[in-house]
Amino acid sequence: MEWFKKAREGIISQKKKDIPEGLWTKCPKCSDIIYVRQLEENLSTCPNCEYHFRIKSSDYIRLILDEGELEEKDQGLISGDPLQFKDSKKYPDRIKTASKNTGLNDAVVSGIGKIDDKIISIAVMDFAFIGGSMGSVVGEKIARTIERAIQMRIPLVIISCTGGARMQEGILSLMQMAKTSALLARLDDLRLPYISVLTNPTTAGVMASYASLGDVIIAEPGALLGFAGQRVIKQTIRQDLPEGFQSSEFFQEHGFLDKIVHRRDLKKTISLFLEYFSNDVQGSA
Amino acid sequence: MSAGFVLEFEKPIVELERKIAEMREFASDENVELSREIESLEQKLDRLADEIYSKLTRWEKVQLARHPRRPYSLDYINAFCKDFLEIHGDRGFADDKAVVCGFGKFNGQKVAVVGQQKARDTKGKLIRNFGMMHPEGYRKAMRVMRLAEKFNVPILIFIDTPGAYPGIDAEERGQAEAIARNIREMFRIKVPIIISIIGEGASGGALGIGVGDVILMLENSWYSVISPEGCAAILWRDQAKASEAAEALKLTAQDMLQLEVIDKIIPEPRGGAHRNPQGVYELLGKEIQAQLEHYGSLETGRLLEQRMQKFRRMGEVLQI
Repeated sequence: MEWFKKAREGIISQKKKDIPEGLWTKCPKCSDIIYVRQLEENLSTCPNCEYHFRIKSSDYIRLILDEGELEEKDQGLISGDPLQFKDSKKYPDRIKTASKNTGLNDAVVSGIGKIDDKIISIAVMDFAFIGGSMGSVVGEKIARTIERAIQMRIPLVIISCTGGARMQEGILSLMQMAKTSALLARLDDLRLPYISVLTNPTTAGVMASYASLGDVIIAEPGALLGFAGQRVIKQTIRQDLPEGFQSSEFFQEHGFLDKIVHRRDLKKTISLFLEYFSNDVQGSA
Repeated sequence: MSAGFVLEFEKPIVELERKIAEMREFASDENVELSREIESLEQKLDRLADEIYSKLTRWEKVQLARHPRRPYSLDYINAFCKDFLEIHGDRGFADDKAVVCGFGKFNGQKVAVVGQQKARDTKGKLIRNFGMMHPEGYRKAMRVMRLAEKFNVPILIFIDTPGAYPGIDAEERGQAEAIARNIREMFRIKVPIIISIIGEGASGGALGIGVGDVILMLENSWYSVISPEGCAAILWRDQAKASEAAEALKLTAQDMLQLEVIDKIIPEPRGGAHRNPQGVYELLGKEIQAQLEHYGSLETGRLLEQRMQKFRRMGEVLQI
């Protein structure tokens, strides 16, 4: 057993059994040594500097839905291999590995749940599945999540955590941006609320589609948010990037984010927005 | 300069063409009879060109799409539109010259035009930012589309971009927001939108003005979620693997048709659009005319419903 385990950019679960080794972990931001159990009790945020460790889609569901209960939909949707894509690995093998490691069929979990008794249609992305990338399955599940909100006349909540479109499905991934945005236009026409929640990271193709189209957009502190990747920007402009570039705080400063919310206040904040936006919405309390 | 620009795989053809031209010159200068030799060389050229252009790799097609002599948006606008009136600015920040917006008369019919613009000389390239739009460019494009809707004028869009500009300023002004908003709002624009992909269609930079009722694509253009170089840098960790990435990404017009992302391929003359721009203007012009007639006759509700359904269908999922 290791006494110290370096926190990697990965998934730190609230359940102890997922971290079999290491009683202590180090905060990547303030370098504080944190007792793992304390980290868990603190919703995987650093007690010292409030650094938000990445958590799983199932953690968010437990965190914000009443009784942690999701009536999951479209669980059986899985990826094809429309391009027969192969880089160092075949795409279907990547999918298989990701499924095995995460227990998920793709990078988003969706369904119906309640927040403080208000029924909502919700989708939560999961970075552990190929970087939370959006291919046809993610696009289709998000589309159906919006359609359920439309059919049931209930609010929509999407929690994003993604590097962007999934390259292995090529142009079809790009088109998911159009597909999801088309339905959001319809949701908007019907004056149904959409709360977009951004977590670390939310970038590229998802940021340039549904994640940016919420009636309000809220983010966890310190999340990486933006369109272009930092490496690409650096190569293009050939200079260093300013401190805090593309963070939640940067995003809010420039007028593209309504609110930065600590994970512990996420449910409360969403709930309050839903209350303010509940006019004419059936299905809400 | 660009007038003499020759791609690697074009070299044998250009070489042979030069030889034929020299022989002609010699024959006329020296008054020698060489017509049989010339004819035989021309036949050889014909076979050679057929052979080379019939089996271009995807990566070679990407290079054709980037050919500096390839017609750009303004070339099409000038060929298609009488009395073109350009408008400038997003009314918020600046005028993005990587995109040309305005109104013109296409075969006598009023149209609005949005076209991503590249340039051939260094100064022009900087002014046009290599065809890479900033957020204000997307907002300018939306402004002209709203005007088109207000005055009931159909919209012609020409896509030719290596991507939305990846820079600090672009991020500060909300590149993602500008693109996302355009994509959503284009589903609500109540006039026909005819998209033509004439060169490069890179990622969100292209899709940010890429939602429409019909999507036409020139034979040697490409459309992809990421540029081959970008994909190679990420998945192969080596930009030099762009040719492999281009193959894997399946980004040609033929691929797009097979994946049901576009509606029609506009054939180019052998060797690419730059070898006979007039011919391309004619073919694309005819197709746009036909599409304008078709979509112009649709009732607005149906037009918007079809536009939505067109994109709603895209993608491939399996059910277990």
